[in-house]
Amino acid sequence: MASIDDSATVIRVRGLSKRFGTTVAVDALDLDVRPREVYGFLGPNGSGKSTTLRMLCGLLHPSSGEIEVLGHHLPKDAEGLKRHLGYMTQSFSLYRDLSVNENLTFLAAVHGLPRKRAHQRIEELLNRYWLAELRHQLAGTLSGGQKQRLALAGAVLHEPDLLLLDEPTSAVDPQSRREFWESLFELADAGTTILVSTHYMDEAERCTRLAILDRGRLVADDSPQRLMEALPGRPLLVECDRPRQAQQVLEGQPGVIALAQIGAALRMLVEDVEYENPLSERLRTAGIEARLVSGTANLEDVFVAATRQPRQSAGEAS
Amino acid sequence: MKLQRLLAIVLKELRQLRRDRLTFAMIVGIPVMQLVLFGYAINLDVRQLDAAVLDQADTARSRELVAQIEATQVLTLRYRVSTPQEVNDLMRRGKISVALILPTDFEARLERGDRPALQLVVDGSDQVVQAAARQLARFPVPDAAGWTQQVTPIEVVNFYNPERRAPINTVPGLIGVILTMTMVLFTAIALVRERENGNLEMLIATPVSPWELTLGKVLPFVGIGLVQVTVVLLLGKWLFAVPVRGSLLELYLAALVFILASLSLGIFLSTLARSQFQAMQLAFFTFLPQILLSGFMFPFAGMPKVAQWLAELLPLTHFLRLVRGIMLRDASLFELWPALAALGIFTLVMLSVAVMRTHKRLD
Ligand SMILES: Nc1ncnc2c1ncn2[C@@H]1O[C@H](COP(=O)(O)OP(=O)(O)OP(=O)(O)O)[C@@H](O)[C@H]1O
Ligand SMILES: [Mg+2]
Repeated sequence: MASIDDSATVIRVRGLSKRFGTTVAVDALDLDVRPREVYGFLGPNGSGKSTTLRMLCGLLHPSSGEIEVLGHHLPKDAEGLKRHLGYMTQSFSLYRDLSVNENLTFLAAVHGLPRKRAHQRIEELLNRYWLAELRHQLAGTLSGGQKQRLALAGAVLHEPDLLLLDEPTSAVDPQSRREFWESLFELADAGTTILVSTHYMDEAERCTRLAILDRGRLVADDSPQRLMEALPGRPLLVECDRPRQAQQVLEGQPGVIALAQIGAALRMLVEDVEYENPLSERLRTAGIEARLVSGTANLEDVFVAATRQPRQSAGEAS
Repeated sequence: MKLQRLLAIVLKELRQLRRDRLTFAMIVGIPVMQLVLFGYAINLDVRQLDAAVLDQADTARSRELVAQIEATQVLTLRYRVSTPQEVNDLMRRGKISVALILPTDFEARLERGDRPALQLVVDGSDQVVQAAARQLARFPVPDAAGWTQQVTPIEVVNFYNPERRAPINTVPGLIGVILTMTMVLFTAIALVRERENGNLEMLIATPVSPWELTLGKVLPFVGIGLVQVTVVLLLGKWLFAVPVRGSLLELYLAALVFILASLSLGIFLSTLARSQFQAMQLAFFTFLPQILLSGFMFPFAGMPKVAQWLAELLPLTHFLRLVRGIMLRDASLFELWPALAALGIFTLVMLSVAVMRTHKRLD
């Protein structure tokens, strides 16, 4: 594949849908991913992240819609795409009964790397992903984080232009996650476009652009910064000595989008300022002394707001 | 199709096989175990069978012959009876499995040499006994040394099982049964394993084609099948002196064709199965008719017409014709071409159906 024109889109998806029987896993999705982006996929369980990624690499046939990836139209031209694509599955999918080295050697041969180049590339990756000492260990006996690093090494072995990562850091400790993300940015710097699904807000915040999926639909799509700025609700901190009771009182009140106890305080997302006074009134009548302080928006607020109110925040992206 | 990818898959498969101790043990263990199991039934070294003797001649020579036979220790003479009726009785009640009958004109028969001088009545319902009887039948009767070849001095009469099956028939058949079990089962399982373990999701995103994958996974089994054939042939020769009367090369060729047929059946089954357990069930589902109808268990000619037609669809039926022809009757592959053609057609049909059912996707 020739070098990618920076103005072109790497992934262009229009009206993409996937049905399994009566379940609509992905519903009329539009997506544009530009080169060198680290594009995040955020969404609750079952929102269609994996299904979308699978369609993007030709593993699943879309029920309807258009997909163009790196200039290849899917599913027609899936085979042509495969040598330019790296895919890391949600669950570990390398061979557990082969060693680290054997797995990588196998993948190199499968991708048609010449023997010498393969050897060189594997050494490079073993060192970059701290796997050198583990090279003779069976993949099945690696720890969770080591497995993820091996899977990433396997996915980037053939230097793909596009990397699809499905929850690459589930079951990885925070330090290793940081390191993992460092290597993602390294790859992005080197010209790789990355699409990564995650459940971690701190990871989502690091993406250059973020799509939030809910029940198969795209409910938000912008940079994390702008998503937080455009948060449809207002985050409030309820400072009181009985946060659990306060939560019970506020649950289901008009204007309340979400409630979460954070330590001794209660974090609340309300639709608008106008609900602030009635809510503190409600607390007082329930006999709870509380002070409402306005908080700063974070991505979790965005996520909660977007996935709770799909109709209002759909197509939020400009 | 790219050779590098194919080799990579073959190599990976062999590595996995080497680590999978149980499968590895089964590949060698199944032939050995089956041969010993079935071999026990055809073991010619049976000793101390309970027997009765009915010596109607009761001459010096007849008593001497009985003593000589007893000295072989194949029989233990528990009863000396005086009427054929008693022989019948003892055998029906399972007290004896062999009876020696020396007729009143024993001496005269020995002189003339035109009729068997001695009758060996055996319980034909027991394979072990049959084999022993055949061994005894070859017992050299000293006075019959000058007999013509047409008549053997000892006549074996099979009770309960007049259709006597040569034990030698079992070993060639066993090659077919063992190949059927391992080739179909292991390929079906090996092919489904990738799907069940989730490796397929990773593989589909690579340039591997489904046929490189299938071929690469199945090729090692061709070698394994040929090793199994060799194990059975060698053990059969050492333990039971089973001969290979025809060409060894043609025997291996026939085995190769049968291995391909069984592998294609395994490939086809793998396209039906969703899990390794299902693959195993499907494989067993195909064993039973093959083992029962192919002529391995029961004589082909004795089966009802419908069963015979059904049997013609099974690869093992045709392989048994090939292997028995080559090993026992010194037939050439050329003479046995219909069986060979049938296996070829079976392979093609199975592979075509499998190709139609295979696609490089998850859904
Ligand atoms: N092969 C399938 N057959 C039937 N339904 C499926 C299949 N694959 C996915 N689904 C359904 O499609 C929906 C989306 O699933 P998907 O795996 O894409 O979600 P996800 O966003 O990746 O969730 P998670 O965060 O838990 O990984 C779910 O309701 C799931 O049950
Ligand atoms: Mg998922």
